Amino acid sequence: MTNTPTGFGRMTRKEDARFVRGRGTYVDDVRLPGTLHAAVLRSPLAHARITAIDTRAAEAHPKVRVVITGAVLADRGLAWMPTLSGDVQAVLATDKVRFQGQEVAFVIADDPYSARDALALVDVDYDPLPPVVDARTALDPDAPVIRDDREGRRDNHIFDWEAGDAAATDRVFAGAAVVVAQDVLYPRVHPAPLETCAVIADHDVVTGKLTVWATTQAPHAHRTLLATITGIPEHRIRVVSPDVGGGFGNKVPIYPAYVCAVAGSMLTGRPVKWTEDRSENLMATTFARDYHMHGEIASTVDGKILALRVRVLADHGAFNGTAQPSKYPAGFFHIVTGSYDLEAAHCSVTGVYTNKAPGGVAYACSFRVAEASFLVERLVDLLALELDVDPAELRMRNLLRPEQFPYTCSTGWEYDSGDYPRALALLLETAGYRELRAEQARRRELGEHLGIGLSFFTEAVGAGPRKHMDIVGLGMADGAELRVHPTGKAVLRISVQSQGQGHETTFAQIVAHELGIGPDDVDVVHGDTDATPFGLGTYGSRSTPVSGAAASMAARKVRERARIVASAMLEVSPDDLEWSPGRWSVRGDPTAGKSITEIAAAAHSDLDLPDGVEGQLDASCVYNPPNLTFPFGAYLCVVEVDPGTGQVVVRRFVAVDDCGVRINPSIVEGQVHGGLADGIGVALMELIAFDPDGNHLGGSFMDYLLPTAVDCPSWELAETVTPSPHHPLGAKGIGECATVGSPAAVVNAVMDALRPFGVRHADMPLTPAAVWRAIQGRPLRGDLAID
Amino acid sequence: MQIAVVVNGEEHVRDVEPRLLLVHFLREDLGLTGTHWGCDTSNCGVCVVHLDGVPVKSCTVLAVMADGREVRTVEGLARGADLDPVQRGFIACHGLQCGFCTPGMLMTARWLLDHDPDPSTEDIRAALSGQLCRCTGYENIVRSVRWAAENGSEAAS
Ligand code: FES
Ligand code: FES
Repeated sequence: MTNTPTGFGRMTRKEDARFVRGRGTYVDDVRLPGTLHAAVLRSPLAHARITAIDTRAAEAHPKVRVVITGAVLADRGLAWMPTLSGDVQAVLATDKVRFQGQEVAFVIADDPYSARDALALVDVDYDPLPPVVDARTALDPDAPVIRDDREGRRDNHIFDWEAGDAAATDRVFAGAAVVVAQDVLYPRVHPAPLETCAVIADHDVVTGKLTVWATTQAPHAHRTLLATITGIPEHRIRVVSPDVGGGFGNKVPIYPAYVCAVAGSMLTGRPVKWTEDRSENLMATTFARDYHMHGEIASTVDGKILALRVRVLADHGAFNGTAQPSKYPAGFFHIVTGSYDLEAAHCSVTGVYTNKAPGGVAYACSFRVAEASFLVERLVDLLALELDVDPAELRMRNLLRPEQFPYTCSTGWEYDSGDYPRALALLLETAGYRELRAEQARRRELGEHLGIGLSFFTEAVGAGPRKHMDIVGLGMADGAELRVHPTGKAVLRISVQSQGQGHETTFAQIVAHELGIGPDDVDVVHGDTDATPFGLGTYGSRSTPVSGAAASMAARKVRERARIVASAMLEVSPDDLEWSPGRWSVRGDPTAGKSITEIAAAAHSDLDLPDGVEGQLDASCVYNPPNLTFPFGAYLCVVEVDPGTGQVVVRRFVAVDDCGVRINPSIVEGQVHGGLADGIGVALMELIAFDPDGNHLGGSFMDYLLPTAVDCPSWELAETVTPSPHHPLGAKGIGECATVGSPAAVVNAVMDALRPFGVRHADMPLTPAAVWRAIQGRPLRGDLAID
Repeated sequence: MQIAVVVNGEEHVRDVEPRLLLVHFLREDLGLTGTHWGCDTSNCGVCVVHLDGVPVKSCTVLAVMADGREVRTVEGLARGADLDPVQRGFIACHGLQCGFCTPGMLMTARWLLDHDPDPSTEDIRAALSGQLCRCTGYENIVRSVRWAAENGSEAAS
């Protein structure tokens, strides 16, 4: 693969040269002289009052420098911090612990092993309280009140929220010939990037400057939040996010230990480093999903889907800390109408506190589009079962048609563009759907259980329009600054931060495409707030839709500036010039022209520039997206189920994705591959479960299973391209599409395989035990270790 | 305890705590941060190095167990500017995204090709099944190893 002159196309990644040599720089690789090391003492109980904390023995440890408790922080006003959802969260517990694994003390020592050793020397007295573990009991009148820190609070209710027209929906349901209903649990799972979270805080007492090296997907947002929390003026805070070993939403929030590290550096005058271990990551950092959903779908007898009605109980854990930008407490969940043309829809969501870790929006979910997509695709399959119609046929009958775009759905989203039937048709053709069904019939006669599952999804990415979206008051715009050096080489500085998405390559290609130079002539700077323009960061598949647009617009400004300089060089009017990749030339005389490299040199030279034109070509742009972009796709999964053991084997997975214009198809396909593996993980094995006492049962990779190379098939991909009409490049974003769309295809396939056993539905994860129990007619409640 | 370990061809003599893990010895004592750490339970494989030519999870080996033995890490895979075929394969086939699992994947892939220069995709998947990747869905990793098999299974060393 070599670099294409147009900028777009397959090229190898610029960042790989360092990674394959082991020369990436992740936070834990950063070495600052004099660094101290920290460890976090965590609560062993899910709910308990703290009656005493004795740190004397730990402080007496010869290598311990400081032990920070909630009381130490409270003296400085740092015991609590704001969450990203308008709540507060304990930095270190002062009054109570509210989930197992909650931060109680922060021990700083000369080396990491000593810090760990000293945790055992901190003596905490707990008075255990009954925990709320099952979200369905959180609002019972006698439920223990978790958030008694909040004045006047007498229950565990966080919010009620709804979208759509309830009365209209009820009317359609009342008149519908067919109604299918199902309880669907999307259980608690975890993004679990292979690099855990880490921080180094370095406060310089002389200059007052705080430098924070952190595993963050949103360095600028972290800078502003750290200024708000600590009171350090924002211009004296620099956040550096170097190479990040996967994020998936896990690295959006500020975690308590980050604030402790800042406090620790201020107390000791030394850099303080903290790297969490895997069980801390799985137990205490932001989880995903945990939606208890009740869905109903209404249709005519011949399978015209009419309406959707959804009720959700949302388990938000002990603090409402969902990291999502919308003004809607359930994120983008109301895209639950999916890809279908409905007469009416209504959804309502109630959020509750439980004695579990906070979070909810993470793991490549596009702010709850994952839950919404899963629910609607399960309901469509159940409807197909009820009507005894082929699920592909039922979908084809009800998909939005291309001429309906832009389409406003019954809960208010305006989908930008799409050709859904074309994507589904391509899927069925690529997969050989008819032959698969024939094979299934043959094998059923032999007593073998092949299942074929479909899903169709509409994603909503590129957050977002500022009137609906912000994070703690920060609008969702992103910036790009483009410098063109005198020799025509360029440096692009962007506000978003890669966690593996390959921004150094994709963004160089965007500039190369706009300026007609090679991608190797563009370097990309990111991940350092002192070196990049402000912006909200990388999550929700927003980098290309938002920052990509900013980069493209900045490059177009450079091009326009180059035109004026070229007009001075060629002594013609700018209007007489025309652009071809890399060059302005006189209209009608392509030989009279100047390359962008020549123009860049001239822009820095003693050339007489027209009045009002400054020298140089540099430009910047802040991009405010006018709408979200709506990528979509059609997926098909083939599984084999062994009814004796309940074991599911994924034989094939075919994915058709449409993310608009593809800048680097290799990178796009890589993003899809990763998301499809997520779908297998979520559908078949990943689960954060709790016992009745609130003990976390998924705190290691022995218990929290991730898919391996032998669990995944060789992915079969195809694509359609429907450009976004409002994005300067027509690109829509891809990062989370496959994570959103794939779990339903896997589950629908397993349910299809289990049809001979009369199984309609079983909740994820479909572990061998869950499948076997479903076959026995005694479905398992997987989220609790309760039968 | 004093140990002497040859790492990527160079001998290092160090005084270490008996409980020090090899992964921490490599990262903290020798500054070889290409070998990563990712779990507490020997499941993820981002820490894989060769110990006397055999891939091991260096989080599950004590530094003192490497005394008198040879360790090879990802930093020792290339010969100067000449990348090992597995490294070139991962670049050519987009076999990495965040790069965190990559060093461990490369070390196991190198070992596999040393023992089986023409592995099937099933063999590759089985060889890598003790290691996790959260980004790539494995497909391009498998293709990268096949690329290396087809484009020079001779290691750079
Ligand atoms: S660090 Fe996970 S296996 Fe070694
Ligand atoms: S490339 Fe990120 S974990 Fe494998």
